[in-house]
Amino acid sequence: MTVIISLLAAVTLILIAIIGAGTLGLQYLFGIVIPYATLAAFLFGIVYRVVKWARSPVPFHIPTTCGQQKSHPWIKYSKLESPFTALEVTGRMALEILFFRSLFRNTKVDLKKGPKLVYGSEKYLWLAGLAFHWSFLIILVRHLRFFVEPVPFFVAALQTLDGFFQIWLPIIYITDVVILVALLFLLFRRLYDPKLRYFSLAADYFPLFLLLSIAVTGYLMRYTGAKADLIAVKELAMGLLSFRPTIPVGLDTIFFIHLFLVSVLIAYFPFSKLMHMAGVFMSPTRNLANNSRAKRHVNPWDYDVKVHTYEEYEDEFREVMKAAKMPLEKE
Amino acid sequence: MYDAGKVITGIIVFLILITFPFWFNAASGRATYKPDPEIITPDDQCVETAEYMKRNHMDMLNQWRDQVVREGQRTFVAPDGKTYELSLSNTCMNCHSNKSEFCDACHNYMAVSPFCWDCHIEPQETTYGYK
Amino acid sequence: MAEDKKTPEELAQISYRPPGKTWMDSTVEFRKGTYNYGAVPASAAYMNLPFPRKWQPTNEDWNLPEDWQKIIFEGMRERLNRYRSFRVFMDICVRCGACADKCHYFIGSGDPKNMPVLRAELLRSVYRNDFTAFGKLLGRFAGGRKLTIDILKEWFFYFYQCTECRRCSVFCPYGIDTAEITMMARELLNLVGINIDWIATPLANCFRTGNHLGVQPHGFKDSIEFAVEEFEELTGIKVEAPINRKGAEVLFVAPSADYFASPHYYTLLGYLALFHEIGLDYTWSSFASEGGNFGLFHSAEVMKRLNAKIYMESRRLGVKWILGGECGHMWRVLHQYMDTINGPANHLEVPVSPITGTRFENAKSTKMVHIAEFTSDLMRHNKIKLDPSRNDHWNVTFHDSCNPARAMGLIEEPRYVIRNVCNHFHEMPENTIKEQTFCCGSGSGIGTDENLEMRLRGGLPRANACKYVHDKYGVNLLLCICAIDKATLPPLLEYWVPGIEVGGIHEMVGNALIMKGENERATDLRGTPTKKVEEGKEVTEDV
Repeated sequence: MTVIISLLAAVTLILIAIIGAGTLGLQYLFGIVIPYATLAAFLFGIVYRVVKWARSPVPFHIPTTCGQQKSHPWIKYSKLESPFTALEVTGRMALEILFFRSLFRNTKVDLKKGPKLVYGSEKYLWLAGLAFHWSFLIILVRHLRFFVEPVPFFVAALQTLDGFFQIWLPIIYITDVVILVALLFLLFRRLYDPKLRYFSLAADYFPLFLLLSIAVTGYLMRYTGAKADLIAVKELAMGLLSFRPTIPVGLDTIFFIHLFLVSVLIAYFPFSKLMHMAGVFMSPTRNLANNSRAKRHVNPWDYDVKVHTYEEYEDEFREVMKAAKMPLEKE
Repeated sequence: MYDAGKVITGIIVFLILITFPFWFNAASGRATYKPDPEIITPDDQCVETAEYMKRNHMDMLNQWRDQVVREGQRTFVAPDGKTYELSLSNTCMNCHSNKSEFCDACHNYMAVSPFCWDCHIEPQETTYGYK
Repeated sequence: MAEDKKTPEELAQISYRPPGKTWMDSTVEFRKGTYNYGAVPASAAYMNLPFPRKWQPTNEDWNLPEDWQKIIFEGMRERLNRYRSFRVFMDICVRCGACADKCHYFIGSGDPKNMPVLRAELLRSVYRNDFTAFGKLLGRFAGGRKLTIDILKEWFFYFYQCTECRRCSVFCPYGIDTAEITMMARELLNLVGINIDWIATPLANCFRTGNHLGVQPHGFKDSIEFAVEEFEELTGIKVEAPINRKGAEVLFVAPSADYFASPHYYTLLGYLALFHEIGLDYTWSSFASEGGNFGLFHSAEVMKRLNAKIYMESRRLGVKWILGGECGHMWRVLHQYMDTINGPANHLEVPVSPITGTRFENAKSTKMVHIAEFTSDLMRHNKIKLDPSRNDHWNVTFHDSCNPARAMGLIEEPRYVIRNVCNHFHEMPENTIKEQTFCCGSGSGIGTDENLEMRLRGGLPRANACKYVHDKYGVNLLLCICAIDKATLPPLLEYWVPGIEVGGIHEMVGNALIMKGENERATDLRGTPTKKVEEGKEVTEDV
């Protein structure tokens, strides 16, 4: 049910763009107003959400330690799994953010007769996740050729690298293939595994359908007869970026669909689970050093609580303590 | 513990990175630049319409190459019935002899590096920018 | 329990396939063996907990305060503003499912709401409905649920089926820690007077008498003295075990079960032996006669109220630093919370081992050292004489307790100690130890008799790993450094894999320790004949 609703939502978005930018010719709306509005929502939304998170303090020092602590000098401690210094925390975070360290640990449990529990390695989620995220980043950077002039060397270099195999014309980018396979796998996995299907929400399927639609419209414009006029596309982008927006001639409906879907994605981003992009930096179980006995962590909202003092204790138990010949403060 | 300093730094770094196209263009001063490929053709018309050529010239050249190299076929019949020799150097470059002002204008703008000149000899003129 | 007790084969009929119906509107059934009893009013009242009343989960009407929903929402808002962990963890889960089969309760029960992701969603759905734009707008379609009494009951059921062991957080790509979410949920339930008795009564006991068991000062003294006498009978050595002695160098704090329960008791004998042999200038305290802190399982406030006694007592007795015994959640509080909630401990000095001179730099602020750190340091410097062959009748394995492993990183120290005192040590499979260790299934205050079925289910992964080394290497003793483990693993193993006993590492130290002037040891500390002793020689059964 949630799958169908999410799929319908993505289809509806495509139809809106077809009718809006195509049939009704609202190119100014779809090419200028909506991109500006959604970009503003994206930037404002992300900052708003992060600031909102940041306004809640981290009262306690709660890293999850995934390796040996630093104690004796003769016991080698795990700098990246149980970091002690800020630099080591940076290392742990880098592994987490760039290579999905924790997901790499993933296992799969199997209950065999006996009963016997068996834990197998399960790296597909890690692989697909990593493949998707890295491809997405590279595709994003590649798109800079539409957004900046002159095009910096690293964009050109990345294109060359990404088109390393020189298959087809225009050359098929490796990331274009990888991201599609990864997204389809992630979708398949959600639908195939009964556990995942059980707890997946519309908010889990929708971004997948949205990203797939974006990818497919992109492929159409690059690899098929529905080729876009790239000069016109860049002209539109440069106009937007220099706050002199114009709608150049030569933009097709397929381009507006692509642009509209991207606009929806960035507007949706700050208000959805996609905020894990920023959240991963702020997770107190990962971004704190395991040094809480060496360095005091301060809780800003700490308050005094009612405690039971030794005096109260002795007052209650003085007689029995006396009888048991235990030392007393007051005889 | 709020780590306000780190959070603010993070936000600023994010904003700088994400707005890269805005400030990069402002700094380069080429935000309003638009390539204007110079047409110095003796003929007043190409093998196809300009609109078609703009989007599909790469496919056409690719096709031409395959036809010549693999099938030995060397004639192109244009939509208007005219025939041309399938040749980059003799047909295309005959009119568009100014690679740097014509081809490179858009290719540089879009960071495209076609591999025409991996085999063909580049016309004698000064080139700059991207390969 | 006896009449409807399932056999291990029956209990292991587990399907990981969730039902076809959506999780969003199912209700919970409080079936015998799967939940804990409600707090008795007297204990709740003693701790000034909100709305103390007679109440049981099976009651149709939970007698909630009139405006309970408002209280929950206010409580949520307050906690969202106080805990970044709570706010971030509510917002960023992508439901990738990496955590799903990492929870021992899910593995042992197959109940989909025991998947950490869904356990969190129980709370997250309510958060979404009332605290986020999409939820307010789209409600159920956005995964939002309106807070109803059924949802509250579901919270109670499932947040008391989480042992806050943090195993899921090891695998989560964002480090989402269900323990944090469970803590928040339990605090919210407490606000409307929903507590379990196995937590509330120990809290009240600990607040009043200094320990969870409610042992009064003279009772505490009796227990320690009993152990001293017992030890003399076993070894011929009379050890000193001072209580509430001012001016000692070290205050020693252990979980109360060590002096009142078995097999913890043998660990206590081990401590006594060790401290005597190295001549440690130390004292016990009857006021701080509990290292454990069930406040961790209840609320940050109660945790602080109970923990305060340790620093207060160290100040009153004028010790230089504090040494802590074998206990799991106790060490989570001591390592990650104590300095923050009741520090700074400026009245103490940076811990220095009086025997080896080692300065415990890693504890220089909190000034409290784990006994495994302390003892491993002694061994490293050859300050004690050991005869590991005295443990040759034990074929041991080591269970990393959740909190020392995942909240402290205390992994190699206990192993170093074990290797020095045991000749036969075999590790369980790597997915079940160290940071991936499985909970005993009874942590976080839910190790009750009435909850036995869930405990046996939750303990299945641990027991199963024990079975592996039992079958493969003939392991007959499971060592651990946690009082809850020592209390709850014996019945667990008895059920799933008979033939394995449970002990502490300092029991092994006590066995192996060669003491000046000792009699020849005919038995180990628990009265089992050592291998050297001939067959048929009479053995006294202890404790």
